[in-house]
Amino acid sequence: MEYLLLIYHSEAGWGKVSPGDEAAIYREYGQLREELSGKGKFLGGSQLMPTTMATTVRVRDGKRVVTDGPFAETKEQLGGYFLVNATDLDEAIAIAARIPSARNGTIEVRPLAVRGQARQA
Amino acid sequence: MDFEKLHREESGRILATLIRLLGDFDLAEEMLQEAYAIALQKWPSDGTPANPRAWLISTARHKAIDRLRRDQRFERKSEEIAKTADIAARPEGDREEEMFADDRLRLIFTCCHPSLPVEARVALTLRTVCGITTEEISRAFLVPLATMAQRLVRAKGKIREAGIPYRVPLPEELRDRLDGVLLVVYLIFNEGYLASSGDALIRRELCAEAIRLGRVLCDLLPKQTEAQALLGLMLLQDSRRDARVSAEGELVLLEEQDRNLWHGEQIQEGTELVESALRRGAAGAYALQASIAALHANARTAKEADWPQIAALYDALLRTHASPVIEVNRAVAVAMARSLEEGLALLDELEKREELEEFHLLPAARADLLRRLGRMGEAANAYRRALSLATNDIERRFLRRRLAELEKLRDSRS
Repeated sequence: MEYLLLIYHSEAGWGKVSPGDEAAIYREYGQLREELSGKGKFLGGSQLMPTTMATTVRVRDGKRVVTDGPFAETKEQLGGYFLVNATDLDEAIAIAARIPSARNGTIEVRPLAVRGQARQA
Repeated sequence: MDFEKLHREESGRILATLIRLLGDFDLAEEMLQEAYAIALQKWPSDGTPANPRAWLISTARHKAIDRLRRDQRFERKSEEIAKTADIAARPEGDREEEMFADDRLRLIFTCCHPSLPVEARVALTLRTVCGITTEEISRAFLVPLATMAQRLVRAKGKIREAGIPYRVPLPEELRDRLDGVLLVVYLIFNEGYLASSGDALIRRELCAEAIRLGRVLCDLLPKQTEAQALLGLMLLQDSRRDARVSAEGELVLLEEQDRNLWHGEQIQEGTELVESALRRGAAGAYALQASIAALHANARTAKEADWPQIAALYDALLRTHASPVIEVNRAVAVAMARSLEEGLALLDELEKREELEEFHLLPAARADLLRRLGRMGEAANAYRRALSLATNDIERRFLRRRLAELEKLRDSRS
């Protein structure tokens, strides 16, 4: 099954991380990606630009409404994602637990819907 | 052949194996019902098969294959199931027991998966592992039948769609996952033991089911001492069931209970389990609570209980599992172990804490200590405060009774 691991963290907290720590965290991310890729479990993923770079788009009554900022103001912000291939939820959870940001942020594990499947849930 | 008995005792196990073979909770449940229906027709004339369990599983499995073959969408799935040779469904002798045990454990861990909401875990475990009907569960939890049914549908939907596996967690995950399972078992027990209203018969059954589940876990995971401690704790608490509510349905406090009504054989088994768990290194929340329960259960009177030891155990609990109930219980133990004043001082400290403002057990405990100290006016006020916060009917009746006693005493003096 494919799972999207949404990585939420505090942007304010991330801003205060020292350069040395930051490099160590990126290294850890890189190692995890490499290990997962080697097993064919890593399907994609990236860090995202901060929410100050976000734009929200809606179309209402045919009219386009474009605003600044993210969809929701929350304590933790979506900062990146992994798309992984896992045998089951437990394996996806085990991968999520190894994402460095899990230690101070939150990882949301969401199975991808196969066409038509999401409606009945 | 006692059909009812077979249904009651075997359904959980058979279902556990069918879910593994068919890979689907609903299909397994439906096919098992069909297999039972066929058995009900055939067995009286053909005679009961030598191994009714294996017969039911094999019949349900064939029914499932037929059903799926009729529906083209499931062609592949039916072939998959047909391929898992009959051997997987009908091993012989010891292997059979082993297979059932493994399937049972798989089912328990799947129903108690942490990605399911807690109330869904409880409902699903009762429904699938224990074989209790949805109707009975909804009555036990005072939830409308439709709500309970919906809860089960959603939980099964999530197991299927989110890919919750049907397997026993890996050794490195087992400890964490077992904690979640034990929590569900204890919630089921407490629902039966503490619930204020609802059908007494069903509540009794919940306690019995929780204890049965506790036994299953101890059998299947003999090295897990916390499971042992939990079973001990439940047995010790349950041993008081006939003494803690009077014939009139009134709550009777531990110290006022008729200890002759306690069930001695349960106390003995519970105590042995706790002692064995402690010897083997158990030191978690269930082990500590069970130790406290064992000290109470083995004292001849409330006064004779080893209160200093009980207070020390609450100290230990507080360090790892702080909660308002434990804070209050610890203060009461200190009052009994050292002096009423010392216990009262601890409760007064707790009253200053904002998060305990709405917690009815705190003024209730204060009221009791004040009453013992002869400070009747203050005690009455504390009972009133507790009464304004308590929501459980049995507890409210108890508090009202205590308050009335105090008021009568005051009137007779004036």
